Amino acid sequence: MTIGGPRGGGQSRLQMPCLGKMERMIVSMQDPDMGIKMRNQRLLITVIPHAMTGNDIVEWLIQKYGISEEESLHLGNLIVRHGYIYPLRDPRSLVLRADESPYRFQTPYFWTSTKWPATELDYAIYLAKKNIRKQGDLIEHEKDNYNLLHKRINHTWDFVVMQAREQLRAAKQRRKGDRIVIDCQEQAYWLVNRPPPGAPNVLEQGPERRNCHTTRVQLAKNMDYYKREIEYCRKAMARTRVKSSICLEGYLKFNEQYVPHDPIMSGCLPSNPWITDDTTYWAMNAPTVTTPTKLRVERWGFNFSELLMDPLGRAQLLEFLKKEFSAENLSFWEACEELRYGEQSRINEIVDSIYQQFLAPGATRWVNIDSKTMERTLEGIKTPHRYVMDDAQMHIYMLMKKDSYPRFLKSELYRNLLAEAVIPPETKKRVFPFMRKQRHSSPSPALLLPAGDTEAKGEEKSRSPAAVPEEES
Amino acid sequence: GIPWPPAEMAWQEVSLFAVHQVAERVEALGQFVMKTRRTLKGHGNKVLCMDWCKDKRRIVSSSQDGKVIVWDSFTTNKEHAVTMPCTWVMACAYAPSGCAIACGGLDNKCSVYPLTFDKNENMAAKKKSVAMHTNYLSACSFTNSDMQILTASGDGTCALWDVESGQLLQSFHGHGADVLCLDLAPSETGNTFVSGGCDKKAMVWDMRSGQCIQSFETHDSDINSVRYYPSGDAFASGSDDATCRLYDLRADREVAIYSKESIIFGASSVDFSLSGRLLFAGYNDYTINVWDVLKGSRVSILFGHENRVSTLRVSPDGTAFCSGSWDHTLRIWA
Repeated sequence: MTIGGPRGGGQSRLQMPCLGKMERMIVSMQDPDMGIKMRNQRLLITVIPHAMTGNDIVEWLIQKYGISEEESLHLGNLIVRHGYIYPLRDPRSLVLRADESPYRFQTPYFWTSTKWPATELDYAIYLAKKNIRKQGDLIEHEKDNYNLLHKRINHTWDFVVMQAREQLRAAKQRRKGDRIVIDCQEQAYWLVNRPPPGAPNVLEQGPERRNCHTTRVQLAKNMDYYKREIEYCRKAMARTRVKSSICLEGYLKFNEQYVPHDPIMSGCLPSNPWITDDTTYWAMNAPTVTTPTKLRVERWGFNFSELLMDPLGRAQLLEFLKKEFSAENLSFWEACEELRYGEQSRINEIVDSIYQQFLAPGATRWVNIDSKTMERTLEGIKTPHRYVMDDAQMHIYMLMKKDSYPRFLKSELYRNLLAEAVIPPETKKRVFPFMRKQRHSSPSPALLLPAGDTEAKGEEKSRSPAAVPEEES
Repeated sequence: GIPWPPAEMAWQEVSLFAVHQVAERVEALGQFVMKTRRTLKGHGNKVLCMDWCKDKRRIVSSSQDGKVIVWDSFTTNKEHAVTMPCTWVMACAYAPSGCAIACGGLDNKCSVYPLTFDKNENMAAKKKSVAMHTNYLSACSFTNSDMQILTASGDGTCALWDVESGQLLQSFHGHGADVLCLDLAPSETGNTFVSGGCDKKAMVWDMRSGQCIQSFETHDSDINSVRYYPSGDAFASGSDDATCRLYDLRADREVAIYSKESIIFGASSVDFSLSGRLLFAGYNDYTINVWDVLKGSRVSILFGHENRVSTLRVSPDGTAFCSGSWDHTLRIWA
């Protein structure tokens, strides 16, 4: 735990819009009409005014936000941990208890957003006061910090001690009740800003954002930039926007189609592996199985993409296209994908291969593209790049989607698949629910060789790979 | 989004999902129960990012102390571990083949590590340095293959890289501040992605031309997370302004806000259930809120983590989701 505290200074405040919201919550909690009813709380023999119980806080949050007790306690705890409410009893523990424990609102002077970041000097003065009052008997981490600070800002130590003495003297003038309250307020503030080791640091932020203007890639506002902006705005204005009602229909339709396939919404058969430890569901829905499930085969009927993206579906599509003598379309599409997502160094090679196989006059697997697209593509491959086949690929994709796919869905092949598809029976509830099923490991994809060797190697390495010891980079 | 609202649009209601329209057409959600089914312990510090393997059970996670771990989260076994030379590894991704992972953070780079089980091989030895930014790496994702990576950075740009050569294929300029997140579109023609940043903007990009296609600016604070709706017609965002929002690409505007007065901490990470009916969002108040995407209401709140939830992803087959937290653990929920 560094003395310096959280990094970032004023910058960090921007990263915590939650503080402003928490403060508004605190203010409404103190509203004379709708806020928490405050009363005097007894702390041993002293009476502390304007206090409330943990229960009061939890109840108020439940009423105000319509949330459960669990959520209310959670939220209340966060408020306390951020130092906006502090406990009077056991003030070293910033925890909200849903009982008669007394709490108070932190004075805005000490609000995290007001007094941030806490300075070393302030912390030194605080520790010095404690040190004097307790005659050297500080808690361990405070003692460590005290010594560290003493070393670090030794040159101002006289000032520190002087301030500490002055503040203690002023405090003695106050009533006991006030003194207790001010001590608690101060302590709560420091618990938030210098949490003891092991306690969560609520002020901790991730790496600073918006901090490196020098390393920011500056947008050169030159001619090109403005040309692009004009183009963007022109396109934006010309774009056809779909009507809300049509968009809504889209969501409703998608929802209706897919909810039965959503394991979290509708469960899955035979059972969800994460819940029952039974991996049958995964085995039955593996990329290649002999008999796919009914849900899976049905899904191929939703849209062409579903069929194409499922390896099993794609294989069935290929079978169908072979029957129609248009299998080269799918192969062409796959080759174009390989180009689009392949290594930069292989572009020329892949483009050439595609040309030879699919586009060259007399090619063995010649694809039927319209002449305009063909002309453009042939011209384009003179200077090959990874998107050179885009137009041709799109053309063939649309052909498969608009032409072959509807026929596929009506075909005997597909109807047979549907008829033969299985609906797994639900896993019967185990007789002894307390005995957990053994969780078997599966071969890592990193072990499997490309298609062909897959099964052989997979079986060989079906034992769980031993945990590999950590390697330094 | 619409650069400025023309007069005839002024009458449109803010939310697409007018309650009366949706309520009668969509079934109510029943009792919703999700529990932690696995807890992955092993990181010695804040977990910052995670990603699923296509095999639906393995995951990669990265943390503040530089550790990157690959787990079989079903058995909770750790299968690989590597320590990066930098701290705050804020981004990590699993390659589509399952044979490699990518990660980066305060080193301003994105590196790819092939996964090996060979005990004689040091995983770090085969490390490939792919992306180079001038500020921290906040997000990375492989495209449809192991050979291309898309990155987002604190330097305000996104970039597409060729893994093998480390060559920059395309860069995306337009954000006015740090880019914090990105997501690739699931569209069948696979050519766009969305990014979110500290300029409160979500921007949709054409991967081929590097141009921004659409942009949306309705959040009040940094956008920490963006995720496409499964149909690809919309995307959700999570922000430090404590709200999540849904933006429709065809209507070209925000169509729903997911917020509650009692939720005041930022949403750090969002993802949809398989059907897109549910939106899971992890927050800086240690909780996960589950939203009914169509009705706009909160379905459930999940407690369990003891510090910020920093990352959240639904598994590839939608059977569970994984959350990672500053409390050093990852949890699988189902």
